[in-house]
Amino acid sequence: MLRRLPHVDRVGIEERAATLGKRSIKTTAKQQGIRLAVSMTDLTTLEGADTPGKVRHLCAKAVCPAPTIPEIPSCAAVCVYPSLIGVVRDALEGTGVRAASVSTAFPSGQASVELKLRDTEEAVAAGAEEIDMVISREAFLAGDDTRVMEEIVRVKEACGDAHLKVIIETAELGSYDHVRHASMLAMESGADFIKTSTGKAASGATPGVTLVMLEAIRDYAERSGRAVGMKAAGGVSSSKAALHRLVLVKETLGDEWLTPDRFRIGASSLLNDLLMQYQKTQTGRYARPEDFSKE
Amino acid sequence: MSTQETRTRIVWDYAPAPESPDHVRLRDSYGLFVNGEFADPKDGTRVPSISPSTEEPVAEVAFAGPEDVRGAIAAARAAQPGWAALSGLERGKYLFRVARLIQERAREMAVVESMDGGKPIRESRDVDVPLAAAHFFHYAGWADKLSYGLAGREAAPLGVAAQIVPWNFPLLMAAWKLAPALACGNTAVLKPAETTPLSALLLAEICQEAELPPGVVQVLPGDGATGAALVRADGIDKVAFTGSTAVGKDIQAALAGTGTSLTLELGGKSANVVFEDAALDQAVEGIVNGIFFNQGHVCCAGSRLLIQESVADVVIGKLWERMGRLRVGDPLDKNTDVGAINSAEQLERIEALVAAGEEEGALRRTVACELPERGWWFAPTIFTEVAPAHRIAVEEIFGPVVSVMTFRTQAEAIEKANNSTYGLAAGIWTDKGSKAFEVASALEAGVVWQNTYNKFDPTAAFGGYKESGFGREGGPAGLRHYVRLS
Repeated sequence: MLRRLPHVDRVGIEERAATLGKRSIKTTAKQQGIRLAVSMTDLTTLEGADTPGKVRHLCAKAVCPAPTIPEIPSCAAVCVYPSLIGVVRDALEGTGVRAASVSTAFPSGQASVELKLRDTEEAVAAGAEEIDMVISREAFLAGDDTRVMEEIVRVKEACGDAHLKVIIETAELGSYDHVRHASMLAMESGADFIKTSTGKAASGATPGVTLVMLEAIRDYAERSGRAVGMKAAGGVSSSKAALHRLVLVKETLGDEWLTPDRFRIGASSLLNDLLMQYQKTQTGRYARPEDFSKE
Repeated sequence: MSTQETRTRIVWDYAPAPESPDHVRLRDSYGLFVNGEFADPKDGTRVPSISPSTEEPVAEVAFAGPEDVRGAIAAARAAQPGWAALSGLERGKYLFRVARLIQERAREMAVVESMDGGKPIRESRDVDVPLAAAHFFHYAGWADKLSYGLAGREAAPLGVAAQIVPWNFPLLMAAWKLAPALACGNTAVLKPAETTPLSALLLAEICQEAELPPGVVQVLPGDGATGAALVRADGIDKVAFTGSTAVGKDIQAALAGTGTSLTLELGGKSANVVFEDAALDQAVEGIVNGIFFNQGHVCCAGSRLLIQESVADVVIGKLWERMGRLRVGDPLDKNTDVGAINSAEQLERIEALVAAGEEEGALRRTVACELPERGWWFAPTIFTEVAPAHRIAVEEIFGPVVSVMTFRTQAEAIEKANNSTYGLAAGIWTDKGSKAFEVASALEAGVVWQNTYNKFDPTAAFGGYKESGFGREGGPAGLRHYVRLS
């Protein structure tokens, strides 16, 4: 690729992201923003200790996050390890909430391509409608863009009809320039979504990396005409942080991206904070943690 | 993702988020602040100060007449020896107190600044007021160590300083002027601008609260006539003026041969230079901040945008898209990016120059945003196809209007950037350090920002080349113009 990618200035991007964090989101805007954030949430559990029982609880939560507040919509998806995707598929059948599976030797991606493809195929066969793959950081950091892209292309093929989210694991890339570069590689290779993080690294979807990736999506859409989605995952655990990410989307890509088809938040503890903050806008009092179910 | 699409679309827009003015303690009417007291004018008038966003009066203010000017200077003169006789440590204590009181009343001062001047509360809250406090803190620190800031030389105050500040940063400019003057042992007569006197009057209240000795600071609101009388009056030792180049020249002519010390900070037509190797998205943010900050009412605004031809289309495309996302409207709304034009007179001037740009053949694009019905507004505007000979490439517009020109090489960029009668500020956007240093040292501008724009700090000297004036404000350099060295 001879095309020159514009650099990213660290100070400038962080300043812009912080400025957008100062938008005042109050009253109806706060309520609508929280509802939107719930509808974009990929409710996630990625632990060695996950069991079918826990995952079924999570699915029930995703379908109906707050039975006492009917205007709260369902989440976008439930995201689990491949071994549990069958449980998710059964639990979510007919609900509109989608079954998502991580794949490709998540989270490190340190495995052969064959194994990664097999991982993906099995997840799709077991009912995954969305696949969250990781790029090979080992290849990316060694400068082997071709291998990074080839892997994505082949995983995309293995996905069939399932939607592909490509995790670039920003915390391991070392610079905003790399974040932008990796985003472009993923989009050029056919990613439906680009995603910040696995949630297993030192940092996640910081305002800075989120903004860099949104800008990359904007430039790619401008050039190719294809709208790629974005998933912010890792570290977005409060309503304030979630609304900040929505502001970044709104003022970078516009309202067309403010839908679960184009923006997702990968989270687990975020959902209950959204519900507590929503209840506060209704009652004027801070909700108790025990007002909402814990899975 | 068909199942998602069938769901109800949740529409999300920001609700109005106005900063409440309820906590503001404005009086209905303000007198002149002379000798530590607010007093009725002797031969002045009373005029309402109008909010540019509503066209409603905010408060009534006394404008000083010639006798009031003489009285204020006499008070300053009487107080000056006592103030200068205080130890630097004692003067510093007063200035620290003023700084802390500005912080304590920060929210109130920000609201007043936005009501009186039209700037977005986001800016008055995050920039004007904190920086004003920071200037007092900074110079409070210098008060007892003046010789360290003046190359080890002994310094004596000049005496009485007449200080005239503009309407674009009313409180901040008052702080820039008063803090170094007072730190060095001078007393001051400050004239705020005709359209924005209120924050300076709140500052006068703060001087009272800080128990500043009477006569150390006078605040005389007034129009151009008051200012003209002040700089021509007997008994002043120093004039510090920030404002238009035309008035600056008039003041310099009036003071010629009088021995009165003078510093001028005047207009600008600053070049913001974007090279092809810049971080383009951040450069676009810098362009926006350079020209739409404070509605472009900034003497160092990056109003001449020079873009390397190879990236001009990309940058202009991004800039235009970004301009469409600016939120124009109520200055008191916390989500407003661009507020009201300061006065009807200024709006007329912007409109006239924009019309001239169109007549001369430049291509005008103005953001199609909804503007409030009352008040004075001008939507963000960009001119492309601008030639260096066009008036919009030469004259200061002082509004949210950017003129774009292109260049091919570094040498051409420097030549075009310097091709101005002004020389206040410049911006350079490049990822290449060596280029940034080379270009910065070749630019004839008092301030050069690299990969940022409109960044102010009390420790940094600010001032111009050529018709942008002389003298520096901020940092130890700012002390030099308020002392006599021995």
